[in-house]
Amino acid sequence: MNDVLDVALRLLALLLAFLVLPLLVGQTEHKVMAHMQGRLGPMYAGGFHGWAQLVADGVKFAQKEDIVPNGADRRIFQLAPAVALLPYLLVLIAIPVGPAEGAVGQFVDAGIFFVLAVMGVGVLGSLMAGWASANKFSLLGGLRTAAQLMAYELPMLLTAASVAMAAGTVSLPGILDAFEWWWVPWQIVGGVVFFTAGLAELQRPPFDAPVADSEIIFGAYTEYTGLRFALFLLAEYAGIVILCALTTVLFLGGWHGPFADDLGWLWTLLKTAVLAFVVIWLRVTYPRLREDQIQRFAWTCLIPLSLAQIALTGVVKVVIS
Amino acid sequence: MSSAVQLAAATGHGLAAPGHGFLSPTGVEIAFLLVGLATLGAAVVTVTTRQLVHAALWLVVTLGGLAVEYLLLTAEFIAWVQVLIYVGSVVVLLLFGLMLTKAPIGRSPDADSGNRPAALAVALAAAAALVWVVVDAFRTTWIDLDKGVQGSTAVSGESLFRHWVLPFEALSVLLLAALVGAIVLSRRNGDTGGTSGTTGTGGTGGDKGAPTRGKEKR
Repeated sequence: MNDVLDVALRLLALLLAFLVLPLLVGQTEHKVMAHMQGRLGPMYAGGFHGWAQLVADGVKFAQKEDIVPNGADRRIFQLAPAVALLPYLLVLIAIPVGPAEGAVGQFVDAGIFFVLAVMGVGVLGSLMAGWASANKFSLLGGLRTAAQLMAYELPMLLTAASVAMAAGTVSLPGILDAFEWWWVPWQIVGGVVFFTAGLAELQRPPFDAPVADSEIIFGAYTEYTGLRFALFLLAEYAGIVILCALTTVLFLGGWHGPFADDLGWLWTLLKTAVLAFVVIWLRVTYPRLREDQIQRFAWTCLIPLSLAQIALTGVVKVVIS
Repeated sequence: MSSAVQLAAATGHGLAAPGHGFLSPTGVEIAFLLVGLATLGAAVVTVTTRQLVHAALWLVVTLGGLAVEYLLLTAEFIAWVQVLIYVGSVVVLLLFGLMLTKAPIGRSPDADSGNRPAALAVALAAAAALVWVVVDAFRTTWIDLDKGVQGSTAVSGESLFRHWVLPFEALSVLLLAALVGAIVLSRRNGDTGGTSGTTGTGGTGGDKGAPTRGKEKR
């Protein structure tokens, strides 16, 4: 009975984090973007600096009519948001937040593979949406999504493999246990590549050609309304949280820091929050890359860099052992 | 007296463990069977549905079901690699190819090549060969599910790089050959520079994807 309670509590905590953290990132994006552009952003909803803006948005989305286009492939069209969102919820299970034994939803032996594999599944949702909408803009968006995923999955995997090589394990808590401070400069190139490739996989600016509003309306999500559209948006922000948390765990030492025994979880959250700020910052400061620039950047820049990082990791590993 | 009973119980237990019964329905075995049936069903739908993209999506279900089977056999590493490579990359590549070509919503009657009997024969032969090999190799070997993970990353890595290094390396050379072949196929004759667009699509997909692209182009 105790085990059941333990599992139930863990799942509840995960669900709460999954529902709250993306909204926090979204609200921060509203405010940070606004201030960077010399605006105030939402100020009215909820009273204090518009803190309830996203709650209000959610209510608005829930009230809207759920429309499925006539020519669309109904079932796939309706299933797509779930396929896009659920993988991120699953990934959250494997991310360790603190040094204690129980500070991870579920210990996964092949943790890196688990998170990257399940994250890759989420993109299927965009592809399904793009195809099933029976809309040429959606189809173009889906095509761009697929091309982008194929180009950026490889550098992500390679750099994650570099960390696994350094730690000698593929489980996320194991990597954190093996972490030393000098890993940060050692793996910094890999970290940057991983973060960038992750941004591209989430289709965040400057890699948002798949949803480029000025070219193809809103890509694969053009035909969506109401709650299903909100689910796609939630998936994007959940993706930001997951990507930042993963980068923190793999490259920035996760819970390591002063007073890690007591405040480990705070360090994880803090590092994740800083990275999330960087994601927002990049959105405000960089123009969108063109489709061919996106492909060239992955194949001629990120992949060679990640291969170089793997070589460096191997050499250092052999020298110190 | 009591020790004799214990001994009898112990030997009885010892006999029962290797015998294991043909159908000793533990929970995991039932789950294994059910998932297997679902996977088989999804596989059949994959090859019989007349909607191209639906076939690709049913393939996702099939491959995911296989991953679950690996998980139930405690081969965690293999399961996640299965999801990563097949669901995450190969199917995305398939969908990409389908979207590039004509993949209408609804049925595509011209998608049938008329090779049904030949395909069925090949599939049955392949299935028979695989089942025969697996049955012959393992016969009545049982995995003790309670005795820790036997397909963990450490175990897989050790057997791969201790006992099976040569096949592993041979496979990677084969993949490299396929990659080079795909690049050669996708280059137009006499075209020295090539536009950035063609080099982009030729490279898309990495070592697994490039050969598939080459095939789709023909």
